[in-house]
Amino acid sequence: MFGWSELIPVLPELIILATACTVLILGLFSSSEKGGLLVLTSIIGVVFAAIATAKSHMGAHELVKQVLFNGNFVRDYMGDVLKIAVYFIMLFVFIYSKQYLRNKNIFKGEFYALMLFSLLGIMIMISGYNYITLYIGLELVALTSYALVAFDRDNAQSNESAMKYFILGAIASGMLLYGMSMIYGATGTLQIDEISAAIGQSQNTLLVVFGLVFVLVGVSFKLGAAPFHMWVPDVYQGAPTATTLFISSAPKIAAFGFAIRILAQSLDGVIDQWQQIVAVIAILSIVIGNLFALQQDNIKRLFAYSTISHIGFMLLGFLGGEDGYSASMFYIITYALMSVAGFGMIIVLSCKGFEAEKISDFKGLNQRNGWFAFMMLLIIASMAGFPPLVGFISKLVVLKAVIDQGYYVLAGVAVVFAVIGSFYYLRIIKTMYFDESDNDQEITAGFDVKSILSFNALLQLGLLLFIPSILSYCVKAIGSL
Amino acid sequence: MSSLSLLSLLIWLPILAAFGILALGPGRAGMARLFALASSIVSLLLSIPLWMNFDKSTAAMQFVEKFNWIPTLNINYHLGVDGIAMPLIVLTTFITVLTILSAWKVIQKSVHQFMAAFLMLESMMIGVFCAQDAMLFYIFFEAMLIPMFLIIGIWGGPNRVYATIKFFIYTFFGSVFMLIALIYLYMKGGTFNIAEMAAIPLSLTEQIWLFFAFFLAFAVKIPMFPVHTWLPDAHVEAPTGGSVILAAIMLKIGGYGFLRFSLPITPDASSELGWLVITLSLIAIVYIGLIAMVQKDMKKLIAYSSISHMGFVTLGIFIAFMLIAKGGDTNMALEGAMAQMISHGFISAALFLCVGVLYDRMHTRMIRDYGGVINTMPLFGAFFVFFAMSNAGLPGTSGFVGEFMIILAAFQADFWFAFLAAMTLIFGAAYSLWMVKRVVFGEVKSEAVSQLTDIGKRETFILAVLAIAVLALGLYPEPLIDVMRVSVSHLIELISISKV
Repeated sequence: MFGWSELIPVLPELIILATACTVLILGLFSSSEKGGLLVLTSIIGVVFAAIATAKSHMGAHELVKQVLFNGNFVRDYMGDVLKIAVYFIMLFVFIYSKQYLRNKNIFKGEFYALMLFSLLGIMIMISGYNYITLYIGLELVALTSYALVAFDRDNAQSNESAMKYFILGAIASGMLLYGMSMIYGATGTLQIDEISAAIGQSQNTLLVVFGLVFVLVGVSFKLGAAPFHMWVPDVYQGAPTATTLFISSAPKIAAFGFAIRILAQSLDGVIDQWQQIVAVIAILSIVIGNLFALQQDNIKRLFAYSTISHIGFMLLGFLGGEDGYSASMFYIITYALMSVAGFGMIIVLSCKGFEAEKISDFKGLNQRNGWFAFMMLLIIASMAGFPPLVGFISKLVVLKAVIDQGYYVLAGVAVVFAVIGSFYYLRIIKTMYFDESDNDQEITAGFDVKSILSFNALLQLGLLLFIPSILSYCVKAIGSL
Repeated sequence: MSSLSLLSLLIWLPILAAFGILALGPGRAGMARLFALASSIVSLLLSIPLWMNFDKSTAAMQFVEKFNWIPTLNINYHLGVDGIAMPLIVLTTFITVLTILSAWKVIQKSVHQFMAAFLMLESMMIGVFCAQDAMLFYIFFEAMLIPMFLIIGIWGGPNRVYATIKFFIYTFFGSVFMLIALIYLYMKGGTFNIAEMAAIPLSLTEQIWLFFAFFLAFAVKIPMFPVHTWLPDAHVEAPTGGSVILAAIMLKIGGYGFLRFSLPITPDASSELGWLVITLSLIAIVYIGLIAMVQKDMKKLIAYSSISHMGFVTLGIFIAFMLIAKGGDTNMALEGAMAQMISHGFISAALFLCVGVLYDRMHTRMIRDYGGVINTMPLFGAFFVFFAMSNAGLPGTSGFVGEFMIILAAFQADFWFAFLAAMTLIFGAAYSLWMVKRVVFGEVKSEAVSQLTDIGKRETFILAVLAIAVLALGLYPEPLIDVMRVSVSHLIELISISKV
């Protein structure tokens, strides 16, 4: 029962697909000097997709949840909010990465094409309504990410990390599929709402719980949560920064959507079982992420461990019921905005033949350029969750949801490790402000990148004014599931 | 100007000025100084109508501003002042002007950032005293750590990085537990409004947990024995202006927190655990007083003396419960604690400024490097001796008022409390006057001392203003006590009703 009218709700996905194909072809004809066209096309595509997504919410009518393509795909409020957040992040990614690729002499059209295909995968992960669709979305993101990580092909580190990512990713996908097949065996269906209904009716959920464990392994791997986090530091460090920038932000939002679809929507019948596992994963991630980050000298690696702890914090929200889901959603969106700014800063400070990836490369940044030191201060303080920056509010909403459910000990542990974590963030601030600079290279980045980055960093403060509306979008999104 | 937005103006004007100064860039140091001074003077002028229009006859919050900031969490932008907060706000704006003046010549490295950091600090501190929403309070409370971290770390002494990180980690660690306590209270009562939080019924066990969470935050901030160790380090390494703000205002936030949160929200636990706080306070008064005596570094000595004086504040606050039980003069204890906070704000600021004056000329803070300063700097010597006397609690100076009130109140509670507290009159005199003796009087110690030049007009002005304030408060404290009387009585009514 396929009708053309079914294509209208998926217009944003179609636009991205078309843009990706256009960029792929354009890339064949454009040299790195004229590469601006590719970036521009990508941006235009994303903007159009954003308009197409937002259009359904204009005017008086509310978006009704639509299940399309025989229950394979869903268009709902949560999906749209997440997608708009992703578009926003992607705009930053496109602009920052151009700078980096030019510096490294690896500016090629394929980079943007891969990125756009990955974006398509992200959108499918967010909107899949069937385990197979979700899996296809996931693999689309994963495959393009492998290629993006290996994009600097003459660099051994880049290749090594891509190989590592690929092998571990393949194992995780296997686990995920195995778990899904068991759930299919227990319920006889792969569609989200039917699984939920089938679990609700059955007396014995043993097989489902068994499958659930494998699914959770797969999900944690994709999120980069401990103890399945081993790939994260190596990939973050080895990948070209333009790729790290991407994989640390937008796919995390997709993984959140993926986790909500699977855990909250389809496996809500065994919520008691998965909450126990998620609690352990969350706390492990917070502990391991913060402790290991203390040791790092490489800022990309440090951010990798900090990501692990942030993911742990986000997963804590999954223990908090509906309030918790919306808190997690708010957390992951704001986190993606910080993360993209953090890696953007590394790109801005790098220049031809030099990559600012050691913490010591930030030495005396305040003397070299007070403005960017201040911007980095905002980003770092937001990541650490210091008030009044937005990172504090997002931690606050998650903690509130968790305490609401009576998990005082978990909240206490999370908070103690947030304090321990503040130390390595402080170390970066210390390096920027208190140490003497040992190089006085000018910041060569273009005006566009500089101003966008400043905007991105100032958002950590400016978002404070919009928190009520963003939070209410998140609450509404979770309520509409 | 409508009095409605007075508090917002006080908070946001310095922030705006700070961003303006940052935008000036590093090149225009002179303009940055002038601009910062102008902004701080405007804040001081704005706090005059705050004092004038303040209604002393009511304990209700005044100059209230309220709008809903984050509705989903019920966090409001809710400001207001009562008799306890108002004097502290005026103290903040007053001290900030002097701090900026004192840094006029000394600070030559990134002047614009220095000035901006101080203005941001000012607005955060005013925000802390104004906030009537617990989350807003917490945000201001924490946000002030970053400017202070940078002030110590960028413009501080040789060991500044260690000191500033220690300062940050201590205070940050203390306050996150307060965050959990606040969220817990929100769960119980569905509100972040501080006054409404006080009305939430709580069992004794709950209160004890909450009490410790708040206690950790405020005890580190004030600081109390045994979590005081960050303070001497931070003071020694901080630039003069940083030390002044730290001692004069930031420490008071701890005392203010006890009055605003611990007492009204957990009255039974505070009464139950009062012995603990009183013991720690007495240890601070006696033991830290003795430690101050053996310091070789002037700044360290004043830092330890601050801890000892803050012990008085916590003593005054927590003997209130014993006084209520015994029918003593509870008002005197709490008003004494407040008077001690305000007075210590002036005196410690003045002493740090005095040490700053010497340090600017000699680049050492060691007592042994000085001697006979009075011969070359007579005017300065006079001021220094005066402030040291008031630090020792000489009658007629503000240092006497608070200490005397608290000792009198402590007498009604327990003779031995008063006895131990009164020891400070001896120790305080000992360490203050001995320091003065070694630094100011005696033979001219060295060539360097003999070449010292006396304080200039700017420095004289700063010290004179503080001396006038110390004298005025010492001779006629009534206006200050009068302002807070009704609010303190209201607080006592609130805490004398058991929640259990």
